[in-house]
Amino acid sequence: MADTAVHTAAGHDDHHDDHHGGHYTSTGLSNNKLAMWLFLGSECLLFGGLISTYMLYRGRHTSNLGPDQVWDIPFTSASSFVLLMSSLTMVLAVTAAKRHDDRTTNVWLSITAILGSLFVAGQVYEFTTFYREGLGFTTSLFSSSFYTLTGFHGVHVTVGVILLLSVVGMIIRNRIPGDKAEVVELVGLYWHFVDIVWILIFTLVYLIPA
Amino acid sequence: MALIERPRTGDLTPAVATPEATYGAFRRPVESTGWKSWLFTIDHKKIGIMYGVTAMFFFLVGGLEALLIRAQLAGPNGTILSADKYNQMFTMHATTMVFLFVMPMAAAFGNYFVPLQIGARDVAFPRINAFSFWCFLAGAIFINTSWLLGGAADGGWFMYAPNSSVPFSPTNGIDFWGLGLQITGIASLTGAINLIVTVINMRAPGMTFMKMPIFTWMIFVVQFLLVFAIPVITVALFLLMFQRSFDATFFSVEAGADPLLWQHLFWIFGHPEVYILVLPSFGIVSEVLPVFSKKPLFGYPLVVFSGAAIGFVGWGVWAHHMFASGLGPISVAVFSVATMAIAIPTGVKIVNWVMTMWGGKLRYTVAMLFAIGLIVQFTIGGLSGVTHAVAPSDTQQTDTYYIVAHFHYVLFGGAILGIFAGLYYWWPKMFGRMLSEKIGMWNFWLMIIGLNMAFGPMHIIGLQGQPRRMYVWTEARAGEGFFNLGFWNLISSIGAFVLGFGVLLFFYNAWRTHFGKHKAPPAPLDPWDARSLEWLTTSPPKEVNFDRTPVVSHLDEFFHRKYEDRGEGDRHDFVQVATAEELLAIEEANADADIHLPSPSFWPILLAFSLPIMAYGVIYNIIMIAVGAGIALLAMYGWALEPATAPASDYDPPEDGGTDLELATNG
Repeated sequence: MADTAVHTAAGHDDHHDDHHGGHYTSTGLSNNKLAMWLFLGSECLLFGGLISTYMLYRGRHTSNLGPDQVWDIPFTSASSFVLLMSSLTMVLAVTAAKRHDDRTTNVWLSITAILGSLFVAGQVYEFTTFYREGLGFTTSLFSSSFYTLTGFHGVHVTVGVILLLSVVGMIIRNRIPGDKAEVVELVGLYWHFVDIVWILIFTLVYLIPA
Repeated sequence: MALIERPRTGDLTPAVATPEATYGAFRRPVESTGWKSWLFTIDHKKIGIMYGVTAMFFFLVGGLEALLIRAQLAGPNGTILSADKYNQMFTMHATTMVFLFVMPMAAAFGNYFVPLQIGARDVAFPRINAFSFWCFLAGAIFINTSWLLGGAADGGWFMYAPNSSVPFSPTNGIDFWGLGLQITGIASLTGAINLIVTVINMRAPGMTFMKMPIFTWMIFVVQFLLVFAIPVITVALFLLMFQRSFDATFFSVEAGADPLLWQHLFWIFGHPEVYILVLPSFGIVSEVLPVFSKKPLFGYPLVVFSGAAIGFVGWGVWAHHMFASGLGPISVAVFSVATMAIAIPTGVKIVNWVMTMWGGKLRYTVAMLFAIGLIVQFTIGGLSGVTHAVAPSDTQQTDTYYIVAHFHYVLFGGAILGIFAGLYYWWPKMFGRMLSEKIGMWNFWLMIIGLNMAFGPMHIIGLQGQPRRMYVWTEARAGEGFFNLGFWNLISSIGAFVLGFGVLLFFYNAWRTHFGKHKAPPAPLDPWDARSLEWLTTSPPKEVNFDRTPVVSHLDEFFHRKYEDRGEGDRHDFVQVATAEELLAIEEANADADIHLPSPSFWPILLAFSLPIMAYGVIYNIIMIAVGAGIALLAMYGWALEPATAPASDYDPPEDGGTDLELATNG
């Protein structure tokens, strides 16, 4: 982080410093972080496409298995709450990492992973219940687009959990190449993004009546 | 994770966090010669060349497919191809040319020249760069294996629904197509992120955005288009996969689906895609024209901003591909106007190119001819493009050869002529020898004549109403006199073969330059009197690119180091003060010590080739998905745990002390 600070401090002179070679030609943001932001920008369009597909097809179901019939709002609210709380623990992990406090970092990372797993477990339970009620993947356009959208999000959370646990393992065995705090922060960026997407999905898919 | 490659003062220690263990089961590949040096390389120049070689190979494949199509249509009731094979042929022709030739060719130039033009030693993430290339190759091979496994995709490169569903296309061709494009999509996405970070963070000291070479600018804009366009087609391809392999009904009209969903998703990707194809070539000619006009690029900021404007407006015009689909008058009007608007920044560029040549000392080298060829041919394509923007006229022309004529003028006349300009211009830089100008002239004129013969008549054929994608036409309905379809189809087919011959001359030229008894002598250091930073090093460039990190004070830095402005007031009078050889000698005398480059790695290629295994699994056997995923997971962990630079014990014989690579003096 130290060199990042140096770069940002000088980065504002861009317009005043017109001497030869005096311009700053780097943002000062680390390459990894910039790449992660770009990746997340790209992910916005991925979920944009999936959400659009769902919004187009949400009303297209023949039987009585439409959104308003199958949702269990209290249950999904609870699991949404769990996921949102994991963002809080993620923030705590990042702060601890910046203090170079490996133990605390690992504790918060693990709790984040557990909360994430709980959310995924909730999704598995929810999918199973819907399936038992007769809402299969190919039952209707509504069900296909619903499972595709939330399934993609679930996979993202799962990948996030794997990342969190990998980082925990790598911190314990001291095998993180480069800046430890930054690695934690990168996983954090991804994790918050996945959370924000869930807020959108929860609002658009569950809360707004079809 | 990834590497930061720009050496910073005071930060020259190797970026190895955990020096002791090698994490791979095997010794790390550290060779700098032989086949291993290519297979495991993370050098942006080698990767650029591999992109180029692969892309040129697929250019031949796509060209062969095109010639088969034209042979079939040369006369009435063609019998060379069956209807089914014909469908596969035009689908794969377009897919190959778009995804496996023009896009990777832009990646080739981008990879090779962006770091050189901005004075960097490599891209931001060298291993991800290698991964991008291998992904592209893996996807390309995967798509083309469909030829042997029951037939290729046959729904057109736009793969409209519901025609792409299993009942209408029961072979696995479309599955191969969709999954293969997912893999090449990963290549494009990771490559794009890599180049954006490189440009944003790794420019040489002093090189502000407005002093950045124009080619780098255009590549930069294109990478943003890729970052945001690729995920959209990813969604579309996933939906298609669920439809075909897992019985979903996203595009089944009988299940109440809306087939326009596919068209919207595809063209939201597909329209930015056409700018992804053509903007790199715009960048190339914007480099070539000033050099051979001996003038700076006219209106550099305008060219930059019109490139960026094309990038933005390119997102708002996708539905002009869908005027015939019944969007309703308001949508049609909006997209029609937006499409006309995008002609403005494009026109600005053309004016700027012409003004660059105006009053310049023109040298008609082959590279220059190709650049001028682009201006002329692309403008013709642009004019027919404006006629498509007019919705009523477009409705008439939809699905006729008039459209085919248009996009071949803009893509062959635009993108591909630009690529050839780049090849002739940069060949001495990349390979140290110059392509023959004499054969190059034949190459150019045959291509131009072939292009106009092949695609010019398609305007007439199209306006006469011959539909695209039909495997035969009949004499009975061919018409009379000047507008006889038979005559123009024959001309078009002859033109296609002339064009093909012209392209082959390029390959002959390349072979002759390096092998045989007419082998070209080593090229001069600065054969064209060039202007940008990539010429401030040896040809081919050293492994570290530059002896010392260049400090930039001008746009066209290399030119300004060679020439000094002795004019007074508003008059410029540039006098040569140094040659390229002298400049290089200064650089070599002041070379940076302790440059370390990241070491080669076998994880990128392993990870990339785990993807087609998974893709075959989707088509044939679910166990293969698990196997592929296992390999991918292994590769990812190996990658994540691998230090940037190989430990000394991996070298053979072990070097003592240093992790610095031995630097070869001539690449």
